[in-house]
Formats: sequence, C-alpha cells, structure tokens
Amino acid sequence: MTSLTRPLESLGRATIGSLAGMGYAAVLLGESLYFSVAGWRIGQPLRPRAVAEQMRQIGVDALPIVVLLALTIGIMLGIQFIAALSAFGAQSQVVVAVAKSVTREFGALITAILVAGRSGSALAARIGSMSVSQEVDALATMGIEPVRYLAAPALLAMLVMLPALTIFADAVAIGGAALYSSPALNITPSAYVMQTLSLLEPGDVWQGIAKSAVFAVLITLIGVSTGFSVAGGAEGVGRATTRAVVLSICWIIVVDMIFSYFLNR
Amino acid sequence: MNVTAPLIEVEKLEAWYGRRRILNGVDFAVNPGEIRVIMGGSGSGKSTLLRHLLGLHKPRSGTVRLLGVDIARASERQMLDVRRQIGVSFQGGALLTSLSVGDNVALPLREHTNLDEATIRIMSRLKLEVVNLGGFQDLMPAQLSGGMIKRTALARAIAMDPKLLFFDEPSAGLDPVVSAELDELILRLRDALRMTIVVVTHELESAFKIADTITVLDQGDILMTGTVDAVRHSDNERIQDLLNRRPREIQVDADAYLKRLTEEAA
Repeated sequence: MTSLTRPLESLGRATIGSLAGMGYAAVLLGESLYFSVAGWRIGQPLRPRAVAEQMRQIGVDALPIVVLLALTIGIMLGIQFIAALSAFGAQSQVVVAVAKSVTREFGALITAILVAGRSGSALAARIGSMSVSQEVDALATMGIEPVRYLAAPALLAMLVMLPALTIFADAVAIGGAALYSSPALNITPSAYVMQTLSLLEPGDVWQGIAKSAVFAVLITLIGVSTGFSVAGGAEGVGRATTRAVVLSICWIIVVDMIFSYFLNR
Repeated sequence: MNVTAPLIEVEKLEAWYGRRRILNGVDFAVNPGEIRVIMGGSGSGKSTLLRHLLGLHKPRSGTVRLLGVDIARASERQMLDVRRQIGVSFQGGALLTSLSVGDNVALPLREHTNLDEATIRIMSRLKLEVVNLGGFQDLMPAQLSGGMIKRTALARAIAMDPKLLFFDEPSAGLDPVVSAELDELILRLRDALRMTIVVVTHELESAFKIADTITVLDQGDILMTGTVDAVRHSDNERIQDLLNRRPREIQVDADAYLKRLTEEAA
C-alpha cells in the first residue's frame, strides 16, 4: 500500500509546494508594486538611488556580454538562413527572416536568459544570504520593509532595463547578421540595415519588448522569492541560487512559447 | 500612556512550529527603565519569545503589546511608529554586509528622518563613539572582529535613541573580557540614555551582572520572574539545574520511545 501512496504523496507535496511558491511570488509582486506607488504615504518610500543602483547592476553592467552574445547570435542566424534559404534560391529573404526572428524572438529570449543567469541568481544569492544572517529580520525590526528595500527597486530596475537591453540586443544582432550576410548577398552592410528597417513593422519590435517586460517580472519574482525562502545556511543559499536560475530559464522559455502562440495567431 | 505602564505586555502567548508547541501560554511584562534578562537553556523557547516580542511572528493565540500597541492588530503605520522606538541587536550582528560600518549605523536615520547628510554623519559617529568604535566608520563588516560586530550592531540599534532595546545573546562567541565590556556597555546605556533593555542570554555570569530582574524560561513555560537574588535562591529544581550546570534527568517513557523508533512518518 505504501509503495502506491508514497509517490502520490510526494506528488501532492510538490504540487502544494509549487502552488505556494506561485502564491508567494504573487504576493511579492503586489507588495512591490504597492510600495513603488504608495510606499511614501506609509513611510516606506522607494529610494530612487536604490533603483538607479539596481539599474546599473542589471542593465549597464550587462551591456558588454549582451553585445557579445547578440552579435554572435546575429552572425549565427545569418549563416543558418543563408545556408537554408539558398537551397531554394531565396537568399534575398534572409534580411526579412533575420529581422523578424531577432526582433520577435531571439533578442528578448537571449537577453532574458542572460539576465536570469546574471541578475536573477545574484538577487537570490544576495537576499538568501541576508535571510540566513538575519539581515532581513534586522531590516524589518528597524522599520524598513524588506520587500520595499530589497525587492521593489530590483523589480522596477528590471522592468526598465530588460526591455532596454532587448532593444539594444535587437540592434546588435541585426548588425551582426548584416556583417556576415551582406557580402554573400552582394550588398553593403548599410544597405542591409536600411532594407531591414523598411521591412520591419513596429509590431515586430513591440512583440519582443512586451515579452521582455513579462520576463523581467518572472526573473525578479523568482530570484527574490527563492531568496526570501532560503533555509539551511550556506548550502541553502547555493541551492536557492541554482534553483532561481533553472526556474527562471524554464519559465522564460515556456512563457515565450505561449506568448508566441497567442501573438501570431 | 502613563509613566508606570509596562513597555512590553505579553498575555497567554502560545507559539507553534508545525505540530510542536514552543510556548505554552506565556505571561510576561517589562516595566520602563528596567533591565530584564530572559534566561533559559537551548530549546527553552527564548528565541521564539524574542521573535514574537520583535513582531517578527504574529502570535497564533494570546496578545503581545509593545509600547501599548497590540502588534497583531496594529496598522502598518502604528507598527512603523513602534519599530522606530525599539532597537534590536541580533546575535550575529546582522549588519548589512554591503554597507560600511558608518552606513550601517546611519541606515535607520537615513530611512526614518529628514536630517541632512552632515547631521546624520555626526549622529552616527556619536553612536559609534558610545560603543568605543570611534574612527571605524569606513571599515566594512567583513573586516571587523566578533566583538566589534556586536558593538556596531549595538550602535545601529541605539541610532534612533530607542525607548526599548533588545539584545540577543550579547556574549555568545566572545571572549570573557570582551563580553564583560559589553555588559558594562549595556549598564551604561541604561544609566546614560534611560533605556529599557531586554537581554536574551544563557550566560549566567553576564545575566547576574546586568539584570534588574530575570525571567527563567524552560520548555515553553516561565518558571519564575524575579530579582537576581530571588532567582539565585529559588528552590525550583529546574532553575537550580540551570544555575549549577547539572544535566537534566530525562525520564524515558517506554511507549513514546518505541513509537518514535518505529513510526514511519514523523
């Protein structure tokens, strides 16, 4: 009997655990937004300085690696599309294929995965180690709401910087594709870029930006909520960090697929 | 609030971790100006009691009133007002590791007052002078010794000149000289700044030195609350065990013992 009930029991436990996690993340989202908008009225103002510091860490510091990866992805897409489309004698379609796939999909996805690895894990590690060493309790007893002090600035910064990084990645990736593809297409890189701009519709870029805003919320909430729920010392912090990255990336990819489905029907 | 009303009033407080009861309906009151030591062995529930006193846990049943405010029913605004008037020094210091010593002490001032930067700097340095850490404001917490961390935490706790100061295990992990210095510091704070101080500790020597009154906690019950002499001369067996470092005599219940060994799901 127990051999039958035990797997069921652990399945039930896991389900309740993940539902509780989602509920907790929703509460964190609500509280962060509340403190951002109305915190000053109850003596818990969001500090612009804290938001700016988070924006630097999440956005500006990620620029070099975003440039490198976006450029690589752009070149890679150029290579693949030229190889695949020339089989049909349709090289001229490379420009539109790269432009649409980068702006709708790859720019947002690559940036989000990168930021999840860089900043989602950093949030989980920072807040996790603060919980372990009672720093979060200390903030609370000092009358500084931990969510206001730690989560809200990160959420706002992420909501601004991830779309900004995505636009940047779009531009760099298309530039990378232009560098590789223009010789193969017998046009100059600037002609390639001009052609891209004339083919792109605002909706393409908006699709990527809308997704990246959703990814921003996902990364922050997963990082912050795993951080706040850390138990079990240094090992717990390590596990939370890993968990934050893995969960964020899984959610990003799944949500991306769902969005793509509904936005392209 | 009149002058003699207790600053902390706890009535019939119960606390649970899962199915385990940690506090069995504790009654507790601390009057203005006294130094109250909460004493008890490991697992006696003193940390849990402290977390309730700090408002970090909401009581499942019973009431906790801090400075006259029932923390289970207080609005966020009221809770914030209470928290501005209490200071807490945690066992491990709980300094924010990303901030320098000076910024840690200045944090409550920056968050809760509209003072200008120069005033905040002077006030935070004054508090560091009080705990004999003048000139250390630019060090990071990672560069401090254990005693210095505790003293910085104390400086941060008194930054807002609280009415009520909580101190969790002041002497844990410190050498006898440093912990004696901390005891002196606590006494001086009470005399100079007229604070009411609650200290949680299991160190007998330090408890007897600083306490006006002692509350002895054992397995979720308050065994007694009284003056140092009353506790010293108590005829309660458990208190004498604690004072004389005698091991507990654990009585084995055969049925419960067998059940614990064989039970599948704890």
